[in-house]
Amino acid sequence: MNSRYKPAIHFNNVSFSINGEEILKNITGSFPEGKITTLVGPSGAGKTTLLKLCNHLLSPDSGEIYIKEKTITDFQPVELRRLVGMALQSAPMISGTVMDNLALPLTLQEKKPAEGEAGELLRDVGLKEDFLSKNVKDLSGGQKQKVSIARTLVNRPKILLLDEITSSLDRTSQREIEELIVKINQKYGTTIIWITHNLQQALTIGNYTWVMMDGEVIETGESELLESPVNEKVRRFVKGEAE
Amino acid sequence: MSYLALSLTLIFVLIPLILSKTLRLGLEKDTIVATIRSIIQLLAVGFILKFVFDSESLFYIFLMVTLMILVATHNAQRKGASIKGITWKVAVTLITVEVLTQGILIGFNITPPTAQYIISISGMVIGNSMVLAILFLNRFTSEVDDHQDETELILSLGGTPKQAIHHQLIRSIKASMIPTIESQKTVGLVQLPGMMSGQIIAGADPIQAVQFQLLIMFLLLTTAAVTSVMLGFLSYPTLFNQRMQLLKNR
Ligand SMILES: Nc1ncnc2c1ncn2[C@@H]1O[C@H](COP(=O)(O)OP(=O)(O)OP(=O)(O)O)[C@@H](O)[C@H]1O
Ligand SMILES: [Mg+2]
Repeated sequence: MNSRYKPAIHFNNVSFSINGEEILKNITGSFPEGKITTLVGPSGAGKTTLLKLCNHLLSPDSGEIYIKEKTITDFQPVELRRLVGMALQSAPMISGTVMDNLALPLTLQEKKPAEGEAGELLRDVGLKEDFLSKNVKDLSGGQKQKVSIARTLVNRPKILLLDEITSSLDRTSQREIEELIVKINQKYGTTIIWITHNLQQALTIGNYTWVMMDGEVIETGESELLESPVNEKVRRFVKGEAE
Repeated sequence: MSYLALSLTLIFVLIPLILSKTLRLGLEKDTIVATIRSIIQLLAVGFILKFVFDSESLFYIFLMVTLMILVATHNAQRKGASIKGITWKVAVTLITVEVLTQGILIGFNITPPTAQYIISISGMVIGNSMVLAILFLNRFTSEVDDHQDETELILSLGGTPKQAIHHQLIRSIKASMIPTIESQKTVGLVQLPGMMSGQIIAGADPIQAVQFQLLIMFLLLTTAAVTSVMLGFLSYPTLFNQRMQLLKNR
C-alpha cells in the first residue's frame, strides 16, 4: 500500500476456512487510518468474513491481523469489539423497541443512555425521534439498517465496519447515510471500512478501496482505480456492475 | 391378578394390531416389539426389585440407582450431541438431582431410608430428570441455531458469551419446565396419576395415596427446575471459545 497512509488495520498473509473450504486466501493489505475504505467484490467473495475477522467474531487459521499496530489477540475481545464496531449485514434486532436496541451496547455494560442521546442518534441516521417507542417488528428493512448503524455508533468506535448498510435503502436514504458516514469520518476521524455493491458510492464517498474476488484481494488503492482499472479482473468486475 | 387374567390382558394388544392391519397403519411390527419388550423389561425389573428389596443391602441399592443414571444419561445425551462433553454434563446433572432429592427426603426424615422408598422414588426422579434434559436440550439446540444472528450481534457489540446466549438459555429453561408445571395444575381433574392409581388399586387408603402423590409432585418440580437450570449453565459455555467467539462447527 501507499506509504503515505498509516494503517488502522493490517492483514498479513491471512487465511480462513470453514469445514476445509478456503474462504479467504493469503490476504495481505491495510486499511488506512482516518479514511473511508470501500470493500467491493461479487457475492461470496468473502467480504463479510473479512469484516468479521476485524471485529474478532472469527479468528484466522494462519496469518496475523494488526489493529493500530497491535496484534488483534493482544486485545480483550470485549474491548476490541467496542473499539472496532460492526454493523452486521442482516441488521439483526433484539426483540423489543427501537429504544431497547439503541440502548443495547450500554445495557451490556449495565449502563443507561444519557438523556436525549438515543433520539439524537436516531435523527442522525434520518429517523424521527418518535421511532424510539416503536416495536422493531414493525420496521421496514431499510429502517432496521438505520437503527443498526445508530446502535453500532453508541459504542463510539474508532474503527467502524459497515456491511452493505445501504443496499435496502431508497436513493434519498442512501444519500442521508452517505452524508452521515462522511460526517462521522470528518468529525471524529473514525476509520471506516464499508462493504458496498454500489461502485458509484465507492468512487464518491470512499478514499481508498479493496477489490475482492473468490476469497482473494485482487486490487487495493485509491478509489479512482475503479474508474479506469488496470487489472483485467477488476475491469471485468467494474464492467459487470455497471451493466 | 391370576396368570389367566394377566394373559387375557393381551386382548388389549390384539385390538391395535387388528386396527393397524385393517387400516394399513403399518404399526404391527412396532406394536409387537413394544409388547415383547415391555413384558421382558418389566418382568426382569420385577425380579430384580424383589431380590434387592429382600436383600436390603445398601450396595444393591447403590447399584440400581447407578444403573438408572447410566441408562438415563445415555438416552438424554443423544439429544445434545452437538454440545461438547454433553455426556458427563447430563450425568453430573442427574447425580446432583438424585443426591439433592434423596438428601432432603432422608435427611429430613420425610421417607424412610429403605430400598422400597429409595429405589421407587429414584426411578421417578431420574426418569423425569431425563425427560427434562431431553426437552431442554432439544429446545436449546434449536434456539441456538435459530437465533445465531442475535448471539453474533451481542458479541459484536462487546457483550460476553453469557449475555449473548442469555435469552435463548432462559427461553429453553422455561419451555422445558412448562409441561411439569402445567400437568400439576390439572392433576386429579382429568386423570389420576399412575402411581396414585396403582397404590389405590393395591389397596392403599386414598388419602394416604394422595399425600404420597403430593410429595412426588413437589419433588418433580425441584427435579425439573434443577435439571434445566444446571444443564443449561453447564452447556452454554461450550458453544464459545476463549476468544468469546461462537463456535460454528460444533
Ligand atoms: N458459516 C458458514 N459456513 C459455510 N460457508 C460459509 C459460512 N459463512 C460464509 N461461508 C462461505 O464463505 C464465502 C464468503 O462468504 P461471505 O459472506 O464472506 O461473502 P460476501 O462477499 O460477504 O458475499 P455477499 O456480497 O453476498 O454478502 C461464501 O462462499 C459463503 O458461502
Ligand atoms: Mg456479505
